[in-house]
Amino acid sequence: MTERSRTPGDTEALIRALGASGGRVPALARPGPRLALGLAGGAFVSLLVFLAVLGPRPELGSALFEPRVIFKLVVALALGAAAAVAARLLAQPEGYGRLRPLALGVGLLVVAGVAAELAVVPASDWAARAVGTNAVACLVSIPLLALAPLAALLAALKGAAPARPRVAGLAAGLAAGAVGALLYASHCQDDSPLFVALWYGLAVAATGAAGAAAGTRLLRW
Amino acid sequence: MTETDAREAPSDAGEADRDARETHGDPRETRWAALMRAANAGDEASYGRLLREIAPVLRAFARRALARGGRGADADAEDAVQDTLLAIHLKRATWDEARPFGPWMRAVARHKVIDLARRRGRDAARVATATIDDLADILPAPAPDLRAGTDLARHLDALPPRQREAVRAITLDGLSVREAAARLGVGEGAVRVSLHRSLKALARRFADDD
Repeated sequence: MTERSRTPGDTEALIRALGASGGRVPALARPGPRLALGLAGGAFVSLLVFLAVLGPRPELGSALFEPRVIFKLVVALALGAAAAVAARLLAQPEGYGRLRPLALGVGLLVVAGVAAELAVVPASDWAARAVGTNAVACLVSIPLLALAPLAALLAALKGAAPARPRVAGLAAGLAAGAVGALLYASHCQDDSPLFVALWYGLAVAATGAAGAAAGTRLLRW
Repeated sequence: MTETDAREAPSDAGEADRDARETHGDPRETRWAALMRAANAGDEASYGRLLREIAPVLRAFARRALARGGRGADADAEDAVQDTLLAIHLKRATWDEARPFGPWMRAVARHKVIDLARRRGRDAARVATATIDDLADILPAPAPDLRAGTDLARHLDALPPRQREAVRAITLDGLSVREAAARLGVGEGAVRVSLHRSLKALARRFADDD
């Protein structure tokens, strides 16, 4: 057991220092605005990278009417929104915020899409659709496009006081992964929910895990 | 339990009751909320008064929690009080003024007490269960006999000269920000910036020292 290093007389001295450095708390110092700014800024940077390197798929406009494409985008949006809200709650020292309802909700959505696909598509096609043509590109692009939003969200959380650093980091990773998924979905032409569940799922899980690992190390206070 | 799990002990039903009581007005905590709101609007006097009122409560809270984790809790408790006050200050933007002050303060205290227990080799898991205790039941513990701040002085020496002089003027010489600014020949804003930076550095040193 290490020895304590501070004396009680210091507490009064500390209070004097704290008292003198109080002052207005600006609105932008609060966790909500900081997280929102981080998410928006990071997403914007990723958008620029996306446009420079990948670009949208040909005839994105007409593709947007296809149910499978709509499904991809809706799942990514739902995940992103829910994870961002969770990250905001998890920024508090009181420890609000639960990820299980989020996981359940998004999971149900994905299961519904997969079930619909399995029902509509002949069994002989299932494997081909699941494997797709660009799995590697998906696995690489989504985490890369998630980098800027993840860094920005972690920076915002660093200024907050998350009760559970690892879970807060996980929420940030999932929100960032959803940004990457949303962007990549506008480029990718593998539309089957089977592909999305498998490869987008893996990619977002990876960014979530990266966020959790980063959170454990970085979000101490 | 892993270290992070020790902090993740879930709320129990009793905590919901306590939060309900706090929303409807534990008078002590209602007063603290009003003081903190005033402080966040820039009222220095209210801030000082708040910190001096909560320090004894935090002290009793820390002693009770740390006692669960092994012997010699009183010594560590004072360090936990300082860690908590510093964290309350540095993280005050995370208190939602529409919500009760008590649960937020308790959450910050709990986090810092468990953290200190872990750093000092105490049984952090047992300390974590202890800190679910209700703040309202805790009688404030008066400060132990004050002695000269020798260890704070040691930390001060590690600061860059400009920050050191600003902090020394205010903490050890008891000057106000205006008086310190006059003595050092700088603006009040510069003094506040120095104070803020040195408090952040102090928080890091308190954690690294163990």
